Amino acid sequence: MDADKHFVVGVFNDEDVLLDGIRKVRSGGVKIQEVYSPFPVHGIDDALGYKKSRLPIAAFLFGMTGTGLALLMQFWMLGYDWPMIIGGKNFASLPPFIPVTFELTVLLAALGMVGTFLIVSDMKPYKWPRQFDIRSTQDMHVMAIDLAANAGKSKEELKRLLNESGAVEVNEKSFE
Amino acid sequence: MGHSTIVEEKFVFTQAAKTKIFWLLGAGVLMFVAGLLLAQQGGHDNHAEGHGHVATEQLVASADAVAASDGHDDGEHHGSAYWVKRLYTTLWMNNIYFVGLGIIGLFFVAIQYAAQAGWSSGIKRIPLAMGNWILVAFGITVVLWFVTNHDIFHWTHSSLYGEYVDEAKTQPNPGYDAIIDGKAPYFFWPGTSGGFPIFFIARMIIFFGMWYWFFTLIRKNMLAEDLDADTKYWFKNRSISAWFLVFFAVSSSVAAWDWVMSIDTHWFSTMFGWYVFASWWVTALAMITLIVVFLKDAGYLKVVNANHLHDLGKFVFAFSIFWTYIWFGQFLLIYYANIPEETVYFIERMSTSPYSWVFYTNLILNFVLPFLLLMTRDAKRHLSMLKVVCPIVIVGHWFDFYNMVTPGVMQHNGGLGLLEIGTGLIFMAAFLWITLSSLSKMPLFGKNHPLLEESLHHHI
Repeated sequence: MDADKHFVVGVFNDEDVLLDGIRKVRSGGVKIQEVYSPFPVHGIDDALGYKKSRLPIAAFLFGMTGTGLALLMQFWMLGYDWPMIIGGKNFASLPPFIPVTFELTVLLAALGMVGTFLIVSDMKPYKWPRQFDIRSTQDMHVMAIDLAANAGKSKEELKRLLNESGAVEVNEKSFE
Repeated sequence: MGHSTIVEEKFVFTQAAKTKIFWLLGAGVLMFVAGLLLAQQGGHDNHAEGHGHVATEQLVASADAVAASDGHDDGEHHGSAYWVKRLYTTLWMNNIYFVGLGIIGLFFVAIQYAAQAGWSSGIKRIPLAMGNWILVAFGITVVLWFVTNHDIFHWTHSSLYGEYVDEAKTQPNPGYDAIIDGKAPYFFWPGTSGGFPIFFIARMIIFFGMWYWFFTLIRKNMLAEDLDADTKYWFKNRSISAWFLVFFAVSSSVAAWDWVMSIDTHWFSTMFGWYVFASWWVTALAMITLIVVFLKDAGYLKVVNANHLHDLGKFVFAFSIFWTYIWFGQFLLIYYANIPEETVYFIERMSTSPYSWVFYTNLILNFVLPFLLLMTRDAKRHLSMLKVVCPIVIVGHWFDFYNMVTPGVMQHNGGLGLLEIGTGLIFMAAFLWITLSSLSKMPLFGKNHPLLEESLHHHI
């Protein structure tokens, strides 16, 4: 069976039931592809066993890049390329460079984080997200289980497990 | 965790803890006495080094007749002996530093009520206990001010005021200082310039009195809630807190001008109120966090977990940056404008020993280290890193206050040694004693706090 094509989809109507459901499904040895929620559910990443995000590390590196570029730019411009007397200060003096350095640090950290997040989450232009169930944008939590990733379990087994875990509805969904 | 599992806790101020505080006090007293003796022997003769006083004193000497008419102040203008001045300076500096720890204890509690914060309901008793210092600080500040005023506050000298010494305006006053005279109403209104500073003392008493009054009201409601599970106490405290915050917004700034900025009487900075507040605030946050960490270590505070520590860590981290922002804002404005009467403040601090190394150490301890050490999520969630960073911040801001107070009084003769450190330790021992003994007299958290359940489920 092709990976990432055929899914069993559980629909939950309560986040506490969902959190318990996730734990039950995972303890049954089933790999969950993704869970979609209309609002952030506290503790869901722990329940899904997600690894700690490395986004902060990326942010730090982007920020440092901003700091470096800002200092380089200002020292080069005002210290070497086009020295100007401003307020009788030295051509290249650190204090007035700090605000610009701060701003560029923040700017690059923020833009870098957004970019990294978009790339890591595979959100690129003209990529239309797959809808497992449209109600995940309204009032339902939707759990998607890839059949190919759980080859050891039959479709019926997975459906039964979802039902036992508190799903109010269990559907099948296939993508081309 | 359900409501039923909450067990009321009570902090026991053990003999072991008391012994440790006595050791701290003993070390402080030993250093204080040794430092005082050293200062007495190594005293500098500094009477000619006051800013702008050389000219004044020569004038006074050449115009004996004029000086005689203003005689009583002449001797005091030379100031007390070196070691006395140094002693007064460090007493005042340490007092102001610890005033902050007390008043911010109350401020922290008030912020939590006004913001209707749930996460902090398990730890609010710690800042509340720190608030007990307000009353002690009230006494120390008033007494210390009357003891030290001529030595620390240049503006208290009556010879600075009045352009002429006689009614006919023929004899100019040699000690006249136009800038300080212009500021006279701020200290002396409605009395005469150079007399008893009615307005100044009234502010001191009103601020401390109001702070303590608000403190007793909030404490009363918090403790009443323990005996009577009713949300009305929480609602009452929310209103009281809102009123206190309005009052504190004004009084904290004015207190900073009065007790710290007026030492450098000629100088002023419009950011100074914020600056002192930022320093007080982050120091007290570090102190609250440190006490929570030690209570956790001793097995108390079952209601506090890594998520609450994370929030406290974020507070220390964020307000270390906030302090730096204010510090740099004040510095950059003065640096760029380059007006001599403003820049003198920083020149004094950047080019004189020991202020210059304190000046740069200050930035490392209060910005670089907390910023780098508390940056990651794990650092804020673990006791071990908080145990490292909080003392750094507490010591760092002690240096910050040292540099705010000392140069204005001691000029080129400032000392930083056993005397200063010993005084700091004595104050610290007293502060910890007051805080921990009052903490042991009430439950460690309010079991009937309406938001305690929310705090138990706090997750970030």
